[in-house]
Amino acid sequence: MALKQVSSTDEFIKGLWRDNPVFIQVLGMCPALAVSNTAINALAMGAATTFVLVMAGLSVSLLRNFIPREARIVSYICIIATFVTCVDYAIMAISIELHRALGAFIALIVVNCLILGRAEAFASKNKPGRAMLDGLGMGVGFTAALFFIGVVREVLGSGTLFGVDLFADGFQTWTVMVLPSGGFFAMAIWLLLVNWIRQRQAEAEKQAGERAREATS
Amino acid sequence: MNAPAPIQQKQTTTWEMYRSIVGIGAFCALLIVTVFQATEGRIADNKARFLSNAVAQVLPAARSTVEVALDSNGALVAATAPANLPVFLGYGENGELVGAVITAQGMGYADNITVLYSYSFDLEAIVGFKVLESKETPGLGDKVEIEPHFLANFEALDARLGGDGTALLNAIVTVKQGEKTEPWQLDGITGATITSDAIGVILNRGSGYWLPALERDARDFQPPQASEE
Repeated sequence: MALKQVSSTDEFIKGLWRDNPVFIQVLGMCPALAVSNTAINALAMGAATTFVLVMAGLSVSLLRNFIPREARIVSYICIIATFVTCVDYAIMAISIELHRALGAFIALIVVNCLILGRAEAFASKNKPGRAMLDGLGMGVGFTAALFFIGVVREVLGSGTLFGVDLFADGFQTWTVMVLPSGGFFAMAIWLLLVNWIRQRQAEAEKQAGERAREATS
Repeated sequence: MNAPAPIQQKQTTTWEMYRSIVGIGAFCALLIVTVFQATEGRIADNKARFLSNAVAQVLPAARSTVEVALDSNGALVAATAPANLPVFLGYGENGELVGAVITAQGMGYADNITVLYSYSFDLEAIVGFKVLESKETPGLGDKVEIEPHFLANFEALDARLGGDGTALLNAIVTVKQGEKTEPWQLDGITGATITSDAIGVILNRGSGYWLPALERDARDFQPPQASEE
């Protein structure tokens, strides 16, 4: 049986929606819940994770024939930790305030199961171009998910977006949304919405298939 | 019936293991050192600016500061080079001494915590506090930076010296949340016990080391050239 050929576009797009790391695979929950209290923090964490995903994917793919099976996990972790360290320096060079806002979560990118998962499941078995596209798609999907959660939390919890006031002085902010529990609430809202849309899509596809079968019979 | 032949998996040699692990280690080390060299200057500039802003936050009355150090005799002198844990004297608009800002460091729960705090010579108390660097558990240990009741400790945390001026009259200690009875006690944080205890230890050690020299010499200290905030 011939394997279905997956296009490069599909490799990129799957991370955005079909296999979204946060809303579908529910991976990387620690930063998704902890660093999404503002939109800018969410974007910065997403960008840092995307960089590590792409570069770790590229490196693992390039070295896939060089790394013995027995030493693969330690090698992948070493590569991922190196790029996380580079990102850490880069963020400090850009803004100390941003580095402090992201706190320990930059270093914790090393243990984000999303990155090791993509290295093991995809990059180690595919060519560098596809590994980078996969990492980029997953990274953008991760960033988008964090950003959506961050927007809800910042708007409701602080009454601002990117630090700009959105409401009149009388607006009572929902302080709970900037607290850790707010991360769970915002996450739940988005998971409900995403699952509802996916369910509708699945039903629509099922109905279209039935109609097509009736038409041909 | 013939049994299927077992799948032959290529045996990894010791050389291949060494080659891959040492090779990847060397590649990673090279990359980290290159990025570190490329960003070092910029990071130092950012840290200096951040420190300057932090000093202004903990000692808002200061219009200029002078970094000081202790000479081999323990006397207060102007620092000749920036220290890892700098100490500043703050001067007001008319050049009057308004306080000192001390940087101190100690072990927290996860890693070293570096804090900056201001000391008022008039009140003989710590009157400002800011965490400069911390890797404490998000949501727990990092409460020492935001918890209002903990920050309220620094409205005037007693740091008077004893009669001979060589040590604190009362050691600064952290007590359980809600059990503060003395002005030199830090009201701790339930759920961040180790971190809030660590802050007490850091302040006590930093103050015990610096305050005797500051109280003895700071008022007579002639600032060489104060830096504008």
